Amino acid sequence: MAETLLTNPGASPAPAAGLRGFADDWSSDQRAFKNVSWGKAMMWIFLLSDTFIFSCFLLSYMTARMSTTVPWPNPSEVFALTIGGHHIPLILIAIMTFVLISSSGTMAMAVNFGYRRDRVKTAVLMLVTAALGATFVGMQAFEWTKLIMEGVRPWENPWGAAQFGSSFFMITGFHGTHVTFGVIFLIAIARKVWRGDFDVERRGFFTSRKGHYEIVEIMGLYWHFVDLVWVFIFAFFYLW
Amino acid sequence: MTNVAVHLEAQQPSLHAHVHDVPASGAAHVKGQQHPIKLYLVVWGWLFVLSACSYLVDYFHFQGYLRWSLILLFMILKAGLIVAVFMHMAWERLALSYAILLPPVLVLVFVAIMVFESDYTHLIRVLFFAPAT
Repeated sequence: MAETLLTNPGASPAPAAGLRGFADDWSSDQRAFKNVSWGKAMMWIFLLSDTFIFSCFLLSYMTARMSTTVPWPNPSEVFALTIGGHHIPLILIAIMTFVLISSSGTMAMAVNFGYRRDRVKTAVLMLVTAALGATFVGMQAFEWTKLIMEGVRPWENPWGAAQFGSSFFMITGFHGTHVTFGVIFLIAIARKVWRGDFDVERRGFFTSRKGHYEIVEIMGLYWHFVDLVWVFIFAFFYLW
Repeated sequence: MTNVAVHLEAQQPSLHAHVHDVPASGAAHVKGQQHPIKLYLVVWGWLFVLSACSYLVDYFHFQGYLRWSLILLFMILKAGLIVAVFMHMAWERLALSYAILLPPVLVLVFVAIMVFESDYTHLIRVLFFAPAT
């Protein structure tokens, strides 16, 4: 009897769903995340910690803006552009938002084709995602340049509360750094997909482990998170 | 003894079949998250619409509580769509969803603390550090 149990460890009953399953998973004295690989779980936990970092930035911005007695610069005017003689408020930020959302869409489709083992489509979609991400960073660089030329500094700006500059550079700078690293990793993984590393189970040069198409989904989690953070920055910093 | 074993074996239900884990046609065996491409395109479209809506809130100069509630509404809908569909949280087990989604909600406590704190700072600044007129 004991032997039967020991030699047949894989045949455990299907995990329950809903709240019962939640209690079962966490009280099982085993791993809590039953059908999630360690790589995916670790990416989620990293994203959770990153959520707290961006929460702290947005909270410090909120505190600065609520406690200052000097009027806050109007972001609608600060980020306006004059295109073809028309003065359009916040247009650059709107375009950046659409670019980043589109990159999230192509990334989601890359994950899908990755699990179907469609090597070429996955790699191409990942490269499109990287290109859109690079476009976003480029537009951010343009935005920074424009504001710096207009005299925005972390300690002062021509329109109002001095904390505007420090909040802006801190929040968008940190987000832009995340996008930049995302683009680098996207290109690295797209190269592996293109080369067929995950079809022939070629071992990674750094980890000596066999790669799987799941890495595309894990990469996707990071990329969607970058988009997610932008949703909050767009709402709280640019629209508020 | 053998009978008992067989009986136990029979009691075990078959592997939890998930509606959305059904392999796509054409692929012999597909592992991991697999959903129709159309779903992503629909969500993509909705994200565009919601972003356009939040931009229009600024464009038409809505002010006051209307502005804030619309901004927050569109923000939450967009964040929900991204997390649920693009990041596949809707199809994960609750053990993971709760572990990841509940802690950020607690940040709201921090928000409440800092609202009180900044109100207090503002009051002190108005009372004691107001520029001489």
